[in-house]
Amino acid sequence: MKYFAYTQKLMVILLMTASLSACQSAPQSLYQKVGEQAGLERLVDAFINQIGQDKVIFHYFKQTNVSHFRAGFISHLCDVLDGPCQYDGDSMVQIHTGMNINEHDFNHAVELLIAAMDEVGITHPVQNQILAKLAPMRSEIIKI
Amino acid sequence: MKWFSVLLLLVLPLSALAGGKLLATPGVSQIEGSAGGGIVPWAQLAGYASEDEWAISGFCSRGNVKNYTLDVCGVQANIFDRIELSYAEQDFDVPSLNTNIEQDISAIKVRLYGDIVYSDWPQLSVGVQHKSLQDGSVATLVGAEHTSGNDVYVAMSKLHLGALSGYNWFWNVTARYSNANQIGLLGFGGNKANKHWLLEASSAIFLSREIAIGVEFREKQNNLGLGESHWRDVFIAWLPNKSISVTGAWLDLGSIAGVEKQTGWYVSITGYF
Repeated sequence: MKYFAYTQKLMVILLMTASLSACQSAPQSLYQKVGEQAGLERLVDAFINQIGQDKVIFHYFKQTNVSHFRAGFISHLCDVLDGPCQYDGDSMVQIHTGMNINEHDFNHAVELLIAAMDEVGITHPVQNQILAKLAPMRSEIIKI
Repeated sequence: MKWFSVLLLLVLPLSALAGGKLLATPGVSQIEGSAGGGIVPWAQLAGYASEDEWAISGFCSRGNVKNYTLDVCGVQANIFDRIELSYAEQDFDVPSLNTNIEQDISAIKVRLYGDIVYSDWPQLSVGVQHKSLQDGSVATLVGAEHTSGNDVYVAMSKLHLGALSGYNWFWNVTARYSNANQIGLLGFGGNKANKHWLLEASSAIFLSREIAIGVEFREKQNNLGLGESHWRDVFIAWLPNKSISVTGAWLDLGSIAGVEKQTGWYVSITGYF
């Protein structure tokens, strides 16, 4: 019976934490948590470096102007992570149309972004919160 | 096992470079051979294949409770992340009777909708597990009506990124239509009841990309009047890369064949190709 109780307690704790975290107000924006502008620049530079060394998805970037991509991604992240920016570059659909990115390559890019976040020392919970903000864009990026 | 070996040989040369899913998102292997937790089949399909890939995986698990031991090994094929085919062999050891019960399970799971990470609504799959006892004498002795049966289930899963103070939260709910006694090891049906919808659920939190801890619950039906109990477990899964996963669990299986307090441990290893 002891372990029955233990399992039930753990289930209750998991559910309670889920409902609590839903109404928590964030004291700090994700933009601040990643170190604001300087932090975003470090992150995007690390991501570009990851892509540069990658065999799977590098070919998507062959025609890419790296400094244009860098500036655009920094501004986009700043906007999405609730920083003081308004991204006014091309839409995700405009950028990715014709690339026909499949699920595998999209997830591979996610893995490179995670590697870049690890590299610049972004904590695991903040990484997940960033990914949660970016994940809904997938449908505007793949298979178009 | 024969038909599956043939399938393996056909599939292997065709397999594209699999690994298109994110780490840990296939889950692990449950005791009936489907991708899932330890005791509950989940909506995810086994292996790391995405929608234009194949994947093959194999697993072995052992559950060891006070009076019984269950060993399972099986193989799984993932076809375009749409269809999962699996085959598992269970060997249930009853030392007190100096006997063992063997059951084969062939199963199919079809993903109907979604992706546990990306879709707005949970991933949804349906599956059938066809179970057959090699020797039904124990099942017949305890009053089971059949020595083979089919479990049909619907499973829903979702991974919520950063949902628990930044940690990823996973849940799965499965509804199973079954008349199996102790997952089929004691046969199917009985004088107390017949097929029922049974509720199963899992919940887990990822402490890192590689480690998840969670709980599971599996509702059971008391068809034989032997006091069959619901099953519960607490698990930890380690998925260090896309080639292997290792799961350990504490089991509480309640009463089995009239013998109470069946608690113990579980360990399972899955290899992905």
